[in-house]
Amino acid sequence: MAEMKDVILQYVIGEYVDEDDEQDVGYDTPLISSGLVDSFSMVSLKVFLEKKYSIKLPDDEATPEAFDTVTSICRLVKKHQG
Amino acid sequence: MSNIGSYEQRLKDFDWSIAKKVLDWKEGELLNIGAICSDRVCARGGADRTAMIWEGFGGKKKTFTFDDIRVYSNGFAQMLESLGIKPGDRVCVFMDKIPALYISFLGVLKMGGIVQPLFSAFGDESLEVRLAGAGTTAILTTQKHVKKVRAIQDKLPNLKHVVVVEGDQGKLREGEHFYDFETAPRVEAFNVYKSDSETPSVLHYTSGTTGQPKGAQHVHGSVMGQALTSQWVLDLREDDIYWCTADPGWVTGTSYGIIGPWSLGVTQCVLDSGFTSARWYQFVQDNKVTVWYSAPTAIRSLMRDGDEIVKTFDLSRLRHLASVGEPLNSEAVIWSEKVFGLPFHDTFWQTETGAMMITNYPGMKIKPGSMGKPFPGITATVLDLKTHRPVTEPGVVGLIAFRPGWPSMFREYWERPDLYRSKFPGAPSNATPAELRANQDLWYVSGDRASIDKDGYYWFVGRDDDVINTGGHLVGPFEVESALIEHEAIAEAAAVGKPDAVNMEVVKAFVTLNPGFEPSDDLELSIMNFIRKRLSPLAMPQEIEYLEKLPKTRSGKILRRYLRALEWGEDTGDLSTLEED
Repeated sequence: MAEMKDVILQYVIGEYVDEDDEQDVGYDTPLISSGLVDSFSMVSLKVFLEKKYSIKLPDDEATPEAFDTVTSICRLVKKHQG
Repeated sequence: MSNIGSYEQRLKDFDWSIAKKVLDWKEGELLNIGAICSDRVCARGGADRTAMIWEGFGGKKKTFTFDDIRVYSNGFAQMLESLGIKPGDRVCVFMDKIPALYISFLGVLKMGGIVQPLFSAFGDESLEVRLAGAGTTAILTTQKHVKKVRAIQDKLPNLKHVVVVEGDQGKLREGEHFYDFETAPRVEAFNVYKSDSETPSVLHYTSGTTGQPKGAQHVHGSVMGQALTSQWVLDLREDDIYWCTADPGWVTGTSYGIIGPWSLGVTQCVLDSGFTSARWYQFVQDNKVTVWYSAPTAIRSLMRDGDEIVKTFDLSRLRHLASVGEPLNSEAVIWSEKVFGLPFHDTFWQTETGAMMITNYPGMKIKPGSMGKPFPGITATVLDLKTHRPVTEPGVVGLIAFRPGWPSMFREYWERPDLYRSKFPGAPSNATPAELRANQDLWYVSGDRASIDKDGYYWFVGRDDDVINTGGHLVGPFEVESALIEHEAIAEAAAVGKPDAVNMEVVKAFVTLNPGFEPSDDLELSIMNFIRKRLSPLAMPQEIEYLEKLPKTRSGKILRRYLRALEWGEDTGDLSTLEED
């Protein structure tokens, strides 16, 4: 779990946070509700998760709430890893 | 009783002078949207009334009276003048939905500038195209977004001034200005620019099928249409708490997120944070919102989260709901009536029309799924697809068209008279924009298709071009394709809309690859993120399909419509015939 959290966190920081942005992004930093990641961009994050972990995330579970923190994303991924 | 009263009676009695009465504006008075939305409200006794309740992420909340708006917009106007910006110069506002956006918008208008609002999620390429197109002189932005401006500034010789209105002043670069309206000296009096009804006010960029986005130029006189539709369609009253969820980077966010409500002295709320259903309901509850103007994408997202969550909030103050941006499906209308006890009223209009054109009215029977009926004073029809003559038979699909000349109609496409003329089928080839607008034998064609039923209700069918309507925002396929082929792996590209349950359409890209590149998961993600950063999240393809070659006409034009028809499960026609196109 810890490794997965770090992989996802690094992806989020690399893709959605500007290099010189001083915002501290951690496992429980709100992503969607804070506006850091918008709902359209959630799709590329979803694609990343599906490819990286060889899973399929159903649209009705890929909600803004489920994608709101790295911790909640990990929970969703784990659930679909079986 | 609603403000509009009887729709049928209004049709009979209508005259645009009613708008002047609504604003209590008399000939000879100053007609400047910046002043009408602030100074004038104060002069009429509204100085202490709340103009804006703003909430950001993390519990941030601010409230501004109309007097605050008056003084702070004076400050912006004075600051811009001190930089040497002149009336008629284009001044871009490029920021999130923070208070400075709303206040600076009025400030630019007060000093006679043309305000050019741009969506803050635009990447540097989208920004560059629009600033270059308008020859923009100054941009107001924030520390968060100034990086995108710096990346393109060298390519924009007309862009003389970069003003950062929020963030750390210590991080500015040489030549950039800092202006924090809340800590700057209060400017109690400002000599507002003497604009009239035809003075340019707002320049909104909108996408088309071909070429880069074009600027729809509006004028100060548009306030007549925006105020009257706000009163009759949104049913706004002085004691309302109104929430327009649109971003002022797009026309709804300025016409009905600034000008409409504030010209009537109505309190409005702004929420600047990401979407979750709980957050939105909480916002409606906490601020006792009475009138809510939103979009089908958001409504469908709320629907997806179910009925139970609605019951956990007190939304009893809501009294009127309306929707805009794309057709509102009948299920959403029925659902909102069930859970809120109120139906969403669909409204149809576009960047070019500046104000609502075909809508559902308070008190008028709603046919769920219908766009409603034309606003009084608007002559609308659908034109035969081939002859461009009005269709007389109910239920026959044609092009939605309007007789030109309503107050909020766009006055031109910025420096594109040819393009403006092309919106009026049969127009003389040498007609000027003013002549086109005055010609009551011509129709302005909107680019959308609809039919009219026997009761006069309009039913939306779809667009008449290849523009992609995603979540109520128009994305031009050409702009996406141009950016796609800048990716090192892509040789050719086509962008089309594909169906989406929440956003109506999302962008799908068909690409062929350069030698040495193979389709892969990593490549798909790389292309998506490339477009997201260059253009915007809206323009990012949500699916990429790799082809050996793209279908084309014999003259080499990519057959977008064929690809789109495949996505929508529509008849693709005879490909060999299409190839002859």
